[in-house]
Amino acid sequence: MNSKASPIEKIQREVVVIGGGPAGLAAAIAAREAGCKEVLLVERDRILGGILNQCIHDGFGLHAFKEALSGPEYADRYIRRLPGAGVEVMDNTIVLSLSSDRVLEVSARGALRHVEAGAVILAMGCRERTRGAISIPGHRPAGVYTAGAAQNLINLENIMVGRRACILGSGDIGLIMARRLTLEGARVEAVFEILPYSSGLPRNIQQCLNDYNIPLFLNTTVTDIIGKGRLEAIRVAQVDGDRVPIPETERLVPCDTLLLSVGLIPENELTVQAGVAMDPVTGGALVDDTFMTGVPGIFACGNVLHVHDLADWVSVEAEEAGRFAAAYVQERREEPRRRTPVRAGEGVRYVLPQTISGERDFILSLRVTAPWRDRTVVIRDGGGREIRRKKMMRLHPAEMIRIPVKKGAGADGSPLEVSVE
Amino acid sequence: MKHSYEVLIIGGGVVGCAIARELSRYRVRAALLEKEADVGMGASCRNSGVLHCGFKYAQGTLRAILDVRGNAMMDDLCRDLKVKMKRIGKLTVALDEEDEPMLDHLKEQGDANGVPGLEVIDRDRMQRIQAGVEGYRALYSPTSAIVSPYNLTIALAENALANGVDFHLGQKVAAITRQEPRWEVRTAAGDTFTADVLVNASGLFAADVCRMVGIREYEIYPCRGEYYVLDRRLDGTLTALVYPAPKKNAPGWGTHLTPTVDGNILIGPTAEYLDDPEDFACTSDVMARLRRECQRLLPSIRQSDYIRNFAGTRAKQTPPEVGGNKDFVIEDRKDLKGFVNLVGIESPGLTSSPAIAEMVVGMVKNHLALLPDPAFNPVRPGSLDFFWELPPEEKAERIAEDPDYGEIICRCEKITKREVIDAIRNPLGARTMVSLKYRARASMGRCQGGFCIPRIVRLLRDEFGWDPEDFLKRGADSPMFVGNMRPDKGGQAHEL
Repeated sequence: MNSKASPIEKIQREVVVIGGGPAGLAAAIAAREAGCKEVLLVERDRILGGILNQCIHDGFGLHAFKEALSGPEYADRYIRRLPGAGVEVMDNTIVLSLSSDRVLEVSARGALRHVEAGAVILAMGCRERTRGAISIPGHRPAGVYTAGAAQNLINLENIMVGRRACILGSGDIGLIMARRLTLEGARVEAVFEILPYSSGLPRNIQQCLNDYNIPLFLNTTVTDIIGKGRLEAIRVAQVDGDRVPIPETERLVPCDTLLLSVGLIPENELTVQAGVAMDPVTGGALVDDTFMTGVPGIFACGNVLHVHDLADWVSVEAEEAGRFAAAYVQERREEPRRRTPVRAGEGVRYVLPQTISGERDFILSLRVTAPWRDRTVVIRDGGGREIRRKKMMRLHPAEMIRIPVKKGAGADGSPLEVSVE
Repeated sequence: MKHSYEVLIIGGGVVGCAIARELSRYRVRAALLEKEADVGMGASCRNSGVLHCGFKYAQGTLRAILDVRGNAMMDDLCRDLKVKMKRIGKLTVALDEEDEPMLDHLKEQGDANGVPGLEVIDRDRMQRIQAGVEGYRALYSPTSAIVSPYNLTIALAENALANGVDFHLGQKVAAITRQEPRWEVRTAAGDTFTADVLVNASGLFAADVCRMVGIREYEIYPCRGEYYVLDRRLDGTLTALVYPAPKKNAPGWGTHLTPTVDGNILIGPTAEYLDDPEDFACTSDVMARLRRECQRLLPSIRQSDYIRNFAGTRAKQTPPEVGGNKDFVIEDRKDLKGFVNLVGIESPGLTSSPAIAEMVVGMVKNHLALLPDPAFNPVRPGSLDFFWELPPEEKAERIAEDPDYGEIICRCEKITKREVIDAIRNPLGARTMVSLKYRARASMGRCQGGFCIPRIVRLLRDEFGWDPEDFLKRGADSPMFVGNMRPDKGGQAHEL
C-alpha cells in the first residue's frame, strides 16, 4: 500500500447536509444563503426531492407558497434554487458512516470519500414501520406492502401491486393510497385503524376515503394474514380498550393486497453511530433551540428529528437549522451554552426543542396525546409561572402544534413544562 | 422431457445439497430434484442456524456419530464454500443444583461421543463467557457454533453444480415406479427422470416419498417452531449460545436466544405439532409468549427491535403423545435395490449434513463403482464478506474497479448493486425475491424491503428486462405484482 496513494478521496466542506428531501434541500439553501461558501448536499437517490417524488397528490405548499402543489412540484421549488445558491450536490451517493468528529464515509459510483465537515445537518427523513414491528400473525405471502413502498412502485415504477386491497392504519400515506388504488381501478375494501381515532389529517379522511365511499373502521386491527403464496384474505377484529382483539368480532376479508400505514420511524442509524443522544419518544435526536444535537456541530431537522404532518413545516424547520449550522461554522462556537430543559407535561406526547438557551425566540413544536376540543396549551417555567398560552379549538395527535415563544423564557435555567389544560 | 442419471437425489435441503456436493467428488451422472424454486426453502432456511457439538445424543446413535463428525468437518467446509461460521461456544446452564446431574450426564455422554473440550464450569467462568447470564453451573462446549443455514445450503448446491451435478428446481415428484433395475421418477411438471440409485432426502416429505415406493413403516409428524428476528442494533449482546439444561422428552431445546452470523438475534423456536408440514404461519399466542420471554431474557429490548417473524417445521418421527426424538433413519434398502432412504433428519441435521452425505455416498458405492473426479474443485468462488464488512481501503479499491460497488441498494444491510446483481445471476438460476434475499441479504434488515424492493424492481426491469409478472416472492404461486399501471414503457415514469 505504501507505493500507491490511498484510494480514499479526502475532502473538506464547511457544511454537509445528509439527505436531499424537503429538509435537506431547505437546510442546504439556507446554510448557503447565510454565507457558508461550501455547502455539500448528499443524496442517495439519483434524483433530489426524497419522498416528495412519489407524492404526486396535491396539498403541498399551502403554507409555504400559498398554493396547492404536488410533491414533485414542491420539491422543484427548492431544487431549482440550488444552482443559484451555489449548493454542491452529490446524488446517487450514500453516507455509510458518520463519526462524532464529523467525518463522513461517503460511497458513490466510482469513489469512496471521507468528508470532513465543519457542521453536519442530518436530514435523512424517516422510514415506515413494518409488519414485523407490529407483530401481525399469519402467513407471509406476497401482497403485503408498506403503503409508502406501494406508493413508490405505483407512482414511480409504473407497477400495480394488487386488485383488491385492505389498508391497516389510517396514517396519511395509507389514506392517500386508498384513493390512489381506487383511481387506478383497484377495489379498496376498507381502512382499519386500531386507535379510536384516525392518525391521518382530517382533510385526507374526507378527500381520500369519504369521497370514494371507502369505509374506515376504528378500534379494529388485522389479526391474521392468510395465503401461502399470494395474499388471499385477512382477518380483522375489533379491539378493546387495551387494544386487545375481541375474538367474537373477528371476520374474514378476502383481498390480494394489504397495505400497512402504521407509523413512521425517524431514520437515525447515522445519528446513533455519531454518538448523538436520542429522545425515546420522538425517535429523533435531542436538540437545542438551534437544532444542534448533543454532539457539537451536528444538527438535525425534518422527519429525522420528529415526524411532521406537513412538508411545509419541515422546510421551515430545516431553514432554521441551516442558518444555525452556518452560524456554528462561521462563529466556530464549540462551548455548549446554557441548556434549559423543556418538558412534556399533561396531555403532551413530546416537545421540541428539548432544551433552550433563553437567548433567542424559538418555535415550540409539540404533539398532544389524544384528540380534544377547546383546550389550552400552556407553557410554564420551573416556578409554575405561565410564560405562554395558546387556546385551540381542535387538538389532534395527527397534527403538529407550533407555538412561537419569545426569548427570555427559561433564561433563569429553570425547566419549562408544556401541558394541555 | 426425459432425463437419465446414475444417481437422483430427491430434495434440495441442506442434506440433499450436501449429498450432491459429496457425490460431485466422483465421476458420476447425478442430479437433484427440488420442488421449490430454490434450494433450502424448507426446514433448511427455517431453523436456529446452530452447529451442535454432539453431547445431547445417546452414544452410538447416528445422531451422536454424525453430529460430532459433521461439526468437525465444518471448518474446512465453510472455508472452502465461503460460508460464515463462528465457533462461539455454548453454555448449557443448570439453573439450580437439581439440574446439575443433567450437566454431568451430558458431559459424560459428550465425552463418550468424542465431543472435544467439554467442561462443567462455575458461575464466574460462565459470566466471563457471556456477561449477565444467570445460573448455578454450566456445561461449556467450545465447538458449538453458528452458521447461516441457507447460505450453507446454497453454497453446497452451487459447489455441487460447479462440479457437475444437475439441479432441477421446481420439480415436484409425483410418482416413482420401478423399471428394473432402474427407478423412474415422474414429476408434477410432466418430466421423467430415470436413475440407478434414488436418494430420498425429502425431509418433511420423506414418508410421502417412501409410500411412493411402497415403504409404509415411517410417519412424519411436523412440529412447528416459531421465531422472532431481532434488529442488528443488539449485535454483540450475545457472545455465546446460552441454553437451559434440557428437560426429558421435550421436542426441542426449548425457547432460547441465538445470535446469527449476520448480527441479528433469533428468539425461538417453540414447538407445536401440526398436520400441514408447510404451515409456516406465526400465531398470536405464540408470538406473545416469545415477546414475553424475550423481555425476560433481554430487558433492554424495544418494540422496534422485532423486525420479522418466521416459522419452520421439524420432521419428527414421534407423535406428540410420545414426544422426544428418534434417531435418524439412513438406510440402503435391501428390499428395494438402489433406494437410499433418509427419514427423520431433524436436529442435528444441519450440523450432521456433511457427515450424512459421506455415509450416503458410501451407500451409493454399494451400487455404483464411483471413481474420484480429478477435476473436483472444493472451493466456491466469491467472497466470504459482504462489501460493508470490508476495511475502507478495500471498499475504495473495489469501487474504483467496479462502480456498482459504490451504489447501495439495500440501505439497512448496506448491500451494493454489485452484490444484488451477483445474487440474481446465481449459478442455480433461482430468481425469486427470497432467493435474492438469502444470497445478498437485501431486504433482510429493519425496514424489511420498504426501501430496497422498489430499487431492486427498477434494477431488474431496467438492466435485466424483467416485467412486473416476473417478480415472484417465493415461487410461481406468489406473484408480487399484477402488471403495469399503464401500457407505456416503464422507466419513463421517473424521468421527472
